[in-house]
Order: sequence, then structure tokens, then C-alpha cells
Amino acid sequence: MGAEFVQFSLTPILIGVLSAIACALPGNFLILRRQALIGDAISHVVLPGIVVAFLVSGVVAAIPMLLGAAGAAIVAVVLIETIKRLGKIEPGASMGVVFTTMFAAGVVILEKSDTSRVHLDVEHALMGNLETLIWLRAEGWHSLFDPAALASLPDELIRIAVVCVIVVVLTLVFWRWLKIATFDEGFAQALGIPSAGVGFGLVVTAAVAAVAAFEAVGSIIVIAMFICPPAAARLMTNRLELQIWWSAAFATISAVLGYVFAGYGPLWFGGQNAVSAAGMIAAVSGGILGLACLYGPHRSRVGVGREEAT
Amino acid sequence: METQAPRSRRLTIAAEDGRVSGPEDVPSDAPLALRGLTVSYSEKPAVFSVDATFPANSMSTIIGPNGAGKSTLLKAALGVIPRLSGEVFVFGSPIENARNRIAYVPQRASVDWDFPATVMDVVQMGLYRKVGLLGRLSGQLTTRAQDCLDRVGMADFSHRQIGQLSGGQQQRVFLARALAQDADLYLLDEPFAGVDAATERAIIDVLKLLKSGGKAVVAVHHDLSTVREYFDHVFMINVRRIAEGTVNTCLTTKNLQATYGGRLAAAHLAQLAVVEGAG
Repeated sequence: MGAEFVQFSLTPILIGVLSAIACALPGNFLILRRQALIGDAISHVVLPGIVVAFLVSGVVAAIPMLLGAAGAAIVAVVLIETIKRLGKIEPGASMGVVFTTMFAAGVVILEKSDTSRVHLDVEHALMGNLETLIWLRAEGWHSLFDPAALASLPDELIRIAVVCVIVVVLTLVFWRWLKIATFDEGFAQALGIPSAGVGFGLVVTAAVAAVAAFEAVGSIIVIAMFICPPAAARLMTNRLELQIWWSAAFATISAVLGYVFAGYGPLWFGGQNAVSAAGMIAAVSGGILGLACLYGPHRSRVGVGREEAT
Repeated sequence: METQAPRSRRLTIAAEDGRVSGPEDVPSDAPLALRGLTVSYSEKPAVFSVDATFPANSMSTIIGPNGAGKSTLLKAALGVIPRLSGEVFVFGSPIENARNRIAYVPQRASVDWDFPATVMDVVQMGLYRKVGLLGRLSGQLTTRAQDCLDRVGMADFSHRQIGQLSGGQQQRVFLARALAQDADLYLLDEPFAGVDAATERAIIDVLKLLKSGGKAVVAVHHDLSTVREYFDHVFMINVRRIAEGTVNTCLTTKNLQATYGGRLAAAHLAQLAVVEGAG
């Protein structure tokens, strides 16, 4: 764990952990609101938005990407409504068609446009570029206290760190609103809590986390992190406060173990090359969910409808 | 009580005249007054131009057949669902200024009881108006939440996960949460739906204590056979207002037929209604 680790592994692991936590926190509430697929939808729909934003602005920067993602979300909502009405099909089908089509369109636009100057191509959109986000200027742990070296940290790390802090602060500040409005929307409204605003703010926060995580780790991790750590956390406890902690812990474990397995796992089994860190992180989070399903202390509660609760 | 009787009689007469009363008729101290409330989910209104006045120091009920807009009326009054038009006054002020004085018990089936929370977590939600978004929950408030559980006979369940409760116990927890709000007006949506007899008894006892403590209670109710036993003021609705007033004046065969149409057998009606002319 010397200079090489700091140079090549520290920043990708940190970016992976921060991305995972930023997505897992809002994911807890999305799952409890039976809106888990919204996280999935967001991570699909933002791709064409980000690509178009890049083509228009010519840079990979936070603000244009957020605007592009927001624009794509609006287009998605309009398309869903239009297809639902004109096609007279159920909302779920309409959503499924729009999300996949927009994601596919994003992939095609990306492939056909000249993005060779930046880390934005089809492979990165899916799997991110975690392995390339290294800290070359670092010479060891002491570089953490060297301003010159710190200035050369990857921009992606700074951005995801800022977003992660924002997500944590929002979760803490609006904790009571989130808890009450997620459990009992009508009661929250009667108390004067703006329930609809809380729901909207949650989706916007999830979208911001998705966009920030997207550029570093790709859409595979985003989709996995919205759902796997919170779902596994729900199986570990019957209290929301503890569930949030469990989800953050699972997100961290997934990111660290996933990165290590991707980098060294193939070598242990006699392979030559590392595998995709993003894919391995998502796979580890799925493995954790699987273990929680088998051994989690409160697994019997999940999925038990209110009819059965006697 | 003495000042209330003439007022409710006046309103009952006004209703029979078919005169639409305006906001100027809102009694300054009525716990809940609705004026011209209209709610629509689609093109057909679910609640149409309803005026209602629920008096102080009384147990009021909203009755009507399925789909008549009972729960819709309550939810629209609270702003839980949007109203197309109409005004809501709580103790004479617009409801937005009086949320501190209202406690609300939604239908038990309206929430997911698999939510990761203990009984105490849910009751403490009723303290929200006292602590606000970021305030600290003092020991005194925690004690009060525990007292509220005690009042509904659930003192030993505070650490239980809410999904592990029976339907009746869940309903008691909801009532305890409303008690924690320490309100002057209690609005309950079907509080006796799907609960055991002991719970129904416990709930009605708590509500009667509230009434004797000077609070107003308004409950949506669907069991006509207990209306007379539990409540003293009744509001009958079938999309529009059919009648309102004391149980004795309102629960007549004529009004019940107007509210429920052909859905009540004649024999059933005769059993429920006050003998004609007695009111």
C-alpha cells in the first residue's frame, strides 16, 4: 500500500465509493416509494441528454451535462405522455419504450459523433472510465498534504465529492420530510409538508447523483447502486435510520471489493488482464443483495403485503 | 353546548331551503366549515359544491354509500387531494393558518406497513409540528409520545416493527399519532374499518374522552348500525350534501333513502332511522 496504490488505486476507489453512496442514499427512498425503476429510468434517459449537451457545448462539464440531462428528462416525460395517449397503452409500457429508445438513441449519437478528444464514447457511457482516473502526480501518502499534487487530482473526484456532500446534506436536512412523506403522503400533506415537492426534490437529487456518477463510473454502476445497496440494507434492519447506514456501508463495500476484484481477481485465477471495474462493482453489489436475501435478519418482512400482516 | 344548538338548527333549516350559504355564514368558532367544496377526479365530480359545518364539542360523522365522496371530502378539506373550488375554515380561519389545530388519521390501508419503522417512530411523526424540520426531539416530547401510546393501550409495543402489528393495533398506532399532535380538531377516515371489536371499543372511548375534553371529532364512517350509538352530529353525502344536523333530526328514512338510494332494504331503513316526526 505504498506510492503505487496512491497513484493508481486510491482515486478510482474513492470515486467509486462516493458515486455508490451518492446513488444509494436517494435509492433508499426511491425503493420505499416503490419507485425503484425511476433510478433505472433516470440513468437511461440522461445519456442522450449528456451526449447532446456535449455536442452543443463542446466540453464535458458539470453544468451543461446537468442541463442536458434535465432537458432529456423533460423530453422523456412528454414522449411518455404522448405515447400513452396516442397509443392508448399502459404507462409502464410507454415508459419502457421511451427509456430504452432514448438510451439507444444516445448510444447511436455518441457513436456517430466526434468525441475522440474526451472520455466520452459508448464504452465509457456504459462502464465509465474508473481505471483511468488515476493520480499521476502522487508520490505516496504524503501527497495528500501536498497542495501541488492535490491540484492535479482528477476533476471527476472533485465533482462526485461535491455532489456526494450535497446529497448527504440534503438527506440530513430534509430527513423528517423524507421519512414522513415517504411513509404516509396524505398525513404529511395534512401537516403542511409539501409532499409533492419532496417527491420531486428526491427525483431531482437522484438525477444529479446519476449525472455526476455517470461520467466517472458509467450507467451500469448507477443502475446497480440506486437499487442493490438499499434493497440489501432493507433486509438487515427494520428501522429507516439504520437502513440508510447499512446502504452506505454496502455501497462502500461494493465499490472497494469490486475495484479490487476487477484489478486483481483475474490474476488470482491465472488470467492476464483486469476486467471492468464498473461491471465488477455492480456484480459485487448484486452478490451482497443475494447474500442479504439468503441470510438477512429481516428478510421475511420484505415483500409481505399489508394483507398478510395479521 | 347551549350556544351550539340554535346554530346547528339554523343551518339545518337553511339546508332544507336549498339556500347556498356564503362564507359570511361561517360561525366564527366552528371547528370545521366547508363552503362550496367541489372535487373532481375526471369529468364527473366526486364531490359537488358541498357546504358543511361541523360543530364544537361534538362527535360528528360523515356517512354515505361507497363512492359517495366521504373520504374525498375529508381529504380535499385537508388539501391531501386538490379541490376544484371551495373554501375550508378551521375555527374560523382558513385551514392553511390552522394546521397546528388539526390531527388527521388517514385510512389504515393507505400506507405500506412494511415501511422500516417502529411504533414509536410513527407516533413521533405526530410531533412534527412541535419540533419542525430540524428541531431536537426533547425527552419531554418522547415521554408524551409514550403517553399517547398508553392512551390507546399500546404502551408495550413502542419498539415493535409496525408490520408486525395486527390491523387493530395499526389503527391504534395511527390514533396515538393523532393524539401526539395535541390538536383541537380530529379528522378520522374510516377509523373502524377492519379492526377487531376490542379496538373499536378502545378507539371510541378515546374519541369520547376527546369530546369531553372540549375537542371536536369528525369521522368518516360506514357502519350505519353504530352511527346513533357513537355520534351526535351527522353529515350525509352522496356527491352532493343530502342533510346535516344532529343524529336525531337527520337520520330519517327520507334522508337515508336520499343518500343510499335503493341500496338499503326497507326493513333495514326502518330499523336505523328515527321514527318520522320524532326529530
